[in-house]
Amino acid sequence: MKQKLPMTSAILTNRFERRAFVLGMGQAGVGLLLATRLGYLAVAENAKYKAASESNRVNLSLIPPRRGWVLDRMGAPLASNRADFRVDVIPDRLVDPDATLATLTKLLGLTADKVGDIKDKLDKARGFQPIEVASNLDWDKFAAVSVRLPELPGVIPQRGYSRYYPTGAAVGHLVGYVGPASAEDYEQEHNPLLITPGFKIGKDGLEKHFEVRLRGVPGARRVEATASGRVVRDLGTREDVPGKPIQLTIHGGLQDYASRRLGLESGSVVVMDCQTGDVLAMVSMPSYDPNSFSDGIGRIEWKMLAEDDHVPLRNKVLRGLYPPGSTVKPMVALSFLEAGLSPDASTSCAGGLRVGNRVFHCWNHHGHGTVNMAKGIYQSCDVYFYHFAQQIGMDTIAAMMRRLGLGQEFPMPYPGQSYGTVPDPAWKLRKYKKEWAIYDTVNATIGQGYMLVNPLQQAVMASRMASGMKLMPRLLLDPHPPRPESMGFRQEHLDYIHAAMNEVVNGRGTAGKARLPIDGVQMAGKTGTAQVVGLNIGNGKGGQWKHRDHGHFICFAPFDKPRYACAVVIEHGGGSGAAYPVARDVMTYLFDQGKALAVLEEFEKQWGGNVQQRMAAKYATYAAQFGERAPAAPDDEQASEVVAQDNQPVPEPSTPQTDAASPAPEPEPDSVAAPAPAAAANGSAAASSPTAASAPAPAPGH
Amino acid sequence: MPRAYVPQALARQPWQVILPLTALVVFGGAVLYSAAGGHFQPWAGMHVARYFVFLVMAMLVARVPQDWFKAIALPGYVVLCVLLVLVELIGRIGGGSQRWLNLGFMALQPSELMKPGIVLVLAWFYNTLPVGEIKGWRAIVPPAVLLGIPAALVMLQPDLGTALAISFGALVTMFLAGLPLRWFIGGGLAGSIAAPIAFFFALHDYQRKRVLVFMDPESDPLGSGYHITQSKIAIGSGGFLGKGFGNGSQSHLDYLPEAHTDFVFATMAEEWGMIGGLFVLAVFFIVLRWGLNVALRAPDRFSRLLAAGMVTTIFFYVCINMMMVMGLAPVVGIPLPFLSHGGSSMMTNMLCIGTIMAVDRWSRPARSGLL
Repeated sequence: MKQKLPMTSAILTNRFERRAFVLGMGQAGVGLLLATRLGYLAVAENAKYKAASESNRVNLSLIPPRRGWVLDRMGAPLASNRADFRVDVIPDRLVDPDATLATLTKLLGLTADKVGDIKDKLDKARGFQPIEVASNLDWDKFAAVSVRLPELPGVIPQRGYSRYYPTGAAVGHLVGYVGPASAEDYEQEHNPLLITPGFKIGKDGLEKHFEVRLRGVPGARRVEATASGRVVRDLGTREDVPGKPIQLTIHGGLQDYASRRLGLESGSVVVMDCQTGDVLAMVSMPSYDPNSFSDGIGRIEWKMLAEDDHVPLRNKVLRGLYPPGSTVKPMVALSFLEAGLSPDASTSCAGGLRVGNRVFHCWNHHGHGTVNMAKGIYQSCDVYFYHFAQQIGMDTIAAMMRRLGLGQEFPMPYPGQSYGTVPDPAWKLRKYKKEWAIYDTVNATIGQGYMLVNPLQQAVMASRMASGMKLMPRLLLDPHPPRPESMGFRQEHLDYIHAAMNEVVNGRGTAGKARLPIDGVQMAGKTGTAQVVGLNIGNGKGGQWKHRDHGHFICFAPFDKPRYACAVVIEHGGGSGAAYPVARDVMTYLFDQGKALAVLEEFEKQWGGNVQQRMAAKYATYAAQFGERAPAAPDDEQASEVVAQDNQPVPEPSTPQTDAASPAPEPEPDSVAAPAPAAAANGSAAASSPTAASAPAPAPGH
Repeated sequence: MPRAYVPQALARQPWQVILPLTALVVFGGAVLYSAAGGHFQPWAGMHVARYFVFLVMAMLVARVPQDWFKAIALPGYVVLCVLLVLVELIGRIGGGSQRWLNLGFMALQPSELMKPGIVLVLAWFYNTLPVGEIKGWRAIVPPAVLLGIPAALVMLQPDLGTALAISFGALVTMFLAGLPLRWFIGGGLAGSIAAPIAFFFALHDYQRKRVLVFMDPESDPLGSGYHITQSKIAIGSGGFLGKGFGNGSQSHLDYLPEAHTDFVFATMAEEWGMIGGLFVLAVFFIVLRWGLNVALRAPDRFSRLLAAGMVTTIFFYVCINMMMVMGLAPVVGIPLPFLSHGGSSMMTNMLCIGTIMAVDRWSRPARSGLL
């Protein structure tokens, strides 16, 4: 019906009017909706948006707090802060990263490898993490960047404080280093300070362990700033509160001296105070320079460290494990005394001892003749210990080892100490389901076989034997240290051992060249040479660096009134001859710094400068050779993984050993090679060896 | 006549609209003055000056006889289409999208002029269409072609906002022309099916992203959602009375994007608060109600459709822009009439006003003489 009706103008007009009314209503409806929305935003939600607008307007920029100093026992800084000019970029705020980086490269004179490092970080970093472009700038470069700031959005030049380690590599493993917080750090601790340009947190060592104490409270600067970060006006500043310092028991000068004295070797030195247990020096070399690590690990630096078979990233004092070799002999002798053996009880050494149908050799195949306890120590006669160890039994010896600190973990502010192994019959049964055998006792009494210790434990052992007190290694200075309790040894036993150890250095012993050049101060010590590979592979003295014997020396001085104890380990030093000259000079430093420094300066002339100079020269060589072609440096996470790998303790051998180790020859007083040429030879061997470093191998059992 | 002492040419102007409109433009000038950090340059002075130039133009347009409008409807449409093609070509040559032709004194956007242009040509078309044909295909196919060509050209630019504005003006004109409702219901259904398809295949990435971010601005607080978020912060932080003239931190510290063009309402609302917003809404209400009344009083079909189409065009600007700045619509580049800085948009809107004034004039009893 309706369709049939003819369409007229009137109908259309009417339809227009109706539809226009609908349209008008619709428009009014939209108007009402808009007014309501406006009211909702401006009135109902006003507080929320007011806050948002205020947080837009006011830019609270944190001022990184000055980090607490790390002081040595005299109050000299091991880690301090120095004022510097720095430039960071914030990736999120960069408009044209390539152009900005090109401008900065020109203004700051960045090298190609540095530019490569920055680009890597730009690729990897989350947008809000500031990336350091350069620090420690001079005023001219800093000003050049500041002036061109309007055309460099996202670039933040600022003056602040950066961490400074006056002795550089000497405190690398001791103090650790700092670096920008990683994304993981920020996820754990949602603190805006962590993404403030110029702020750094402890990444390793004490810097990491005492982060909370060292950090301090940031200052703040309230400014009104535009969306692009241009400051319109200052609204106020609050000063930062510097972090609290920590004072260590470390003797800064000694620490530096010991690290320099290790020279080209890969080794550790630990010096302890025999009255308090204070650790006076704890050195692992080679090391990294925490100053340049704190600026960010560059690609060249990383390549240099990763390719060094001396494992500069491993803190060998706490994480290096070595068979201690003959350094255990005074301790084994003490256990004999405790067990009631007379020191005059002697045996005859003909270069070996037959037990059943096997012969256990002495390092001196010519034999030592009649040997009593003192001669067993100072001549390091193996047969003496084979003989009496079988009488006394391994359980007694192992108990003494543990009492003196071997196999123990000490409360030190470092994670992941490797505490090694003190084997005994129960342990072997548990570990390998095998009965203890005679050759196991034989191996253990000469510090070979399953035995593994770290250099700190050796120092503790030396200090406890020297003092007769249960000293604990202490790193934080306490003005009123608790009096250590007595070990309960009889003084005459100790005196006997001390005298025998004195004989090692000052008498007919194996380390005559270790005599201190100080009138009235005699040092007692004990050499040790630990085999790394069996005699079928190398003789331990020459050949491939990695196959050479480890050199050990423990000592204390003065021998009759022990004041300082020291342990030195030289990895692959070719025997104890590499270790005791270092111990001698380090101990000399404690009594006469001038004499010690004079010796050191002579050595450094042969080694091509001090640690800083040698590292700088090596860096220059690498930079010239590889430049920006060196592979990218890892980010923090990867770096710490690599370091963790380097720091992995030697695994205990998975299969039980089935024979006695042949003892490595001890140096004789008159046939010791001068240490310096040997060290230099090591250095060149290391440089030419392309293989990456691996953990030292324990002595194989055949 | 009580106003006998006023010249008739002036007295007959629709002052009840011109005065509120002028107030709105001057208010807009004040907002732009503040947005420029307390300077007439570069926006506020130009804004008000342009308004008065275009107001004179509108008054002149108002005097154009209806026959002239009818006469230029189709040729004007063709010329605009040619200009759109020209812009597209120049853009291609210049490399990148270009929407305007440089006339020296101003940048002309043909797509802007197409908004009233499409309304004019459709009003002309339905006026010439025999009354009985309104239900047949003749009433729908030619207008669809007339709309399709410019809409496609503008989409190519690509300028989604303007394409939508042109389509909206055209569709409402067709609706008012009396096309059967089933076309619109069917079209609506087809649209709701086509929209998702268009969303995934026809839109550019940045347009798609804008729509997605509109759904959830917080998902991208520093990217596309930034505009909406900052605009809402500006409006919301203004409160009822505003932060005061010259005190808008959002606009002055550059948090608000396009503070003088698309987001000028937010700039205004931050400093003048809800009061300012209600004032703006009230003026638009007065202008649009006047326009619709003119359309209802219009003497014939052509002028009715013309006036109502022009009202719709202005309404679409206002509606989409304000919904956008308040977070009710995606970010599309559509300025707010009479407040946003920009010559083309001011010209288009004043053309619409002028056309409505012309219709208003036609509906009065003819007077003797030119005045």
